[in-house]
Amino acid sequence: MGKRVGMEVAIAAAEAAALCKFDVASVYPITPQSHVAEHLADIVNDGRVDASFITVESEHSALSSAMGASATGARVVTATSSQGLLYMGEVMPITSSMRLPIVMLIANRAISGPINIWNDHSDIMPMRDTGWISFFAENGQEVVDMTIQAFRVGEDRRVMLPVNVNMDGFQLPHMVEPIFFPDQEEVDRFLPEYVPYATLHPDRPVSMGTLGMPEIYAEAQKAKDVAVVNSIKVVKEVWKEWEKLFGRKYEPIQSYRTRDADVALVTMGSMGETAEIAVDALRKQGVKAGLLKIKLWRPFPFAELKKAVKGIRVLAVTDRACSFGGPGGPVCSEIRSALYEESVRPAIVNYLIGLGGRDVQAEDFMEMVRRAAKGKLSEPYEFYGVRG
Amino acid sequence: MWCSGCGIGVMLGAMLRAFEELDYRNADTVVVTGIGCTGKSDDYLLTNALHTTHGRALAYATGIKAFNPKLHVVVLMGDGDSVTIGGNHFIHAARRNIDLTAIVINNFNFGMTGGQASGTTPGGSFTSTTAWGNPERDFDICALAEVAGANYVARETPYHGWELKELIKEALNKKGFSLVEVFSPCPTHFGKNNEMKEPREMLDWFKERGLPVERYRKLSAEEQENHFAIGKLVDRDAPDFNTRYEEIRVRATAQKAG
Repeated sequence: MGKRVGMEVAIAAAEAAALCKFDVASVYPITPQSHVAEHLADIVNDGRVDASFITVESEHSALSSAMGASATGARVVTATSSQGLLYMGEVMPITSSMRLPIVMLIANRAISGPINIWNDHSDIMPMRDTGWISFFAENGQEVVDMTIQAFRVGEDRRVMLPVNVNMDGFQLPHMVEPIFFPDQEEVDRFLPEYVPYATLHPDRPVSMGTLGMPEIYAEAQKAKDVAVVNSIKVVKEVWKEWEKLFGRKYEPIQSYRTRDADVALVTMGSMGETAEIAVDALRKQGVKAGLLKIKLWRPFPFAELKKAVKGIRVLAVTDRACSFGGPGGPVCSEIRSALYEESVRPAIVNYLIGLGGRDVQAEDFMEMVRRAAKGKLSEPYEFYGVRG
Repeated sequence: MWCSGCGIGVMLGAMLRAFEELDYRNADTVVVTGIGCTGKSDDYLLTNALHTTHGRALAYATGIKAFNPKLHVVVLMGDGDSVTIGGNHFIHAARRNIDLTAIVINNFNFGMTGGQASGTTPGGSFTSTTAWGNPERDFDICALAEVAGANYVARETPYHGWELKELIKEALNKKGFSLVEVFSPCPTHFGKNNEMKEPREMLDWFKERGLPVERYRKLSAEEQENHFAIGKLVDRDAPDFNTRYEEIRVRATAQKAG
């Protein structure tokens, strides 16, 4: 029944992919994802998984060759970060349109400029609308679990979509954490062999990626939207099964001490753990603070959010990316929109935090809650603690 | 900011001495860099500098030179920038024969991210993504520039510092696309994985294997396998992009006026 080991999370992510017996890994190295790339290569080179590792010449080629491999029926993993993810941007919507269930491990990192190698979510946010399912991990354990879950969800015949697993760059991939690994037999039972819907095969030829005229393009877009929207059922089903098998609970929105909360923080990614510390400290001071952690970014869990905010007076939504000239950070923008039709809804304040690796401590979250308790900031959104 | 034994500093020193000897001014010189160890060079420079994205430095530089031909445009790239992620721009800059000088540090792997295989990692050698040997072949950067149409192509190593400066000077003076490839030791990654852990060992490798091009060309094909040519490999005077563009502009203007 599995084992608990101390392991660098980047390596653990690659190990999780190995437990899924990928057929092809196609990766271009970029900080802070490089150890994922190297360890996937080692796993293949050491013959631990019967697979090919392609030392591609760019991220664009990484996802393109990943798609080629997936189109022949292979189980494929790739990984990237920051500018590399943007460079994959041309390919990503096509991966989901061709319904190729590739899994991508993303070590989230700020995008240029100025050039910055540290963590925020500005790389994945521009990729929001590419039709990929997006998981956000909070710690190393979740990176491992979500990597295995990603293959299962993506390859489900009711889904057939690519999935990205987001882990905050450096904060997660570069940390050594205690992680429970399931046994190979357990993973084999959880993740059956991949049966592709259609493959490029000489005996039964198919065409993929052909031109969509105006008469059919819109229908193709609608079909993809329906697929992404409906995939939430499968995500939740798979997460329930995971909980039953391994005892670790996953929900699209995870609530922490929100039952009687007056003000609740909203986080996505590794900062959830720091925010928990802040909530505990505030509770000790008698402040009714709570926390909502978003684990599923796409498809966005609208119903789960509405349920989770019941009774909360103010939401302090944190964002780790800017939408320049827009209504606030992308997470907050989503939440405002999700709650607009509700007759009873919390007041919402928005903090942009942790940009380009800027440290955010528990005390900062406490301060955000204290100020949010007033129900309004002087601006629609605030660059928390930023000079100028 | 580079590891001890790295060749980038030697290249940068040679380039700056060449600037000085040619009386380049900070204001009329632009150094364009990409991403990776070599991309960090601009942090040391007082000239105009444009630090760009991975692999695209030549495309940015093309824009600079096309709009302002009076500027001296020098592009510093590693083997990742120049012929791996940015290979397409490399061959097109040479084909277009745009008047700029590309200096390529070739350390045979992606040094910045931890020594993974690149487009110039020799077949069979060991990197952090090819633990049992690289199954792929490597690019000959100079040959690539030559067939793509560069006016000037040279190769040197940090072992030959004075010669390197002289070649860079010649390349800077040459109109059209000029390339100086600089083989560089990477004892931290490539050397460590390929039995050349000490910086000296990689320099010795360059010293023993690098032959002046005249001598190299006299070797048999079999003998050439153990060596590489250094010095000036290509020197020609095909008209550069701006010259050709200007010719067409003048002709078109005259025809329209006539």
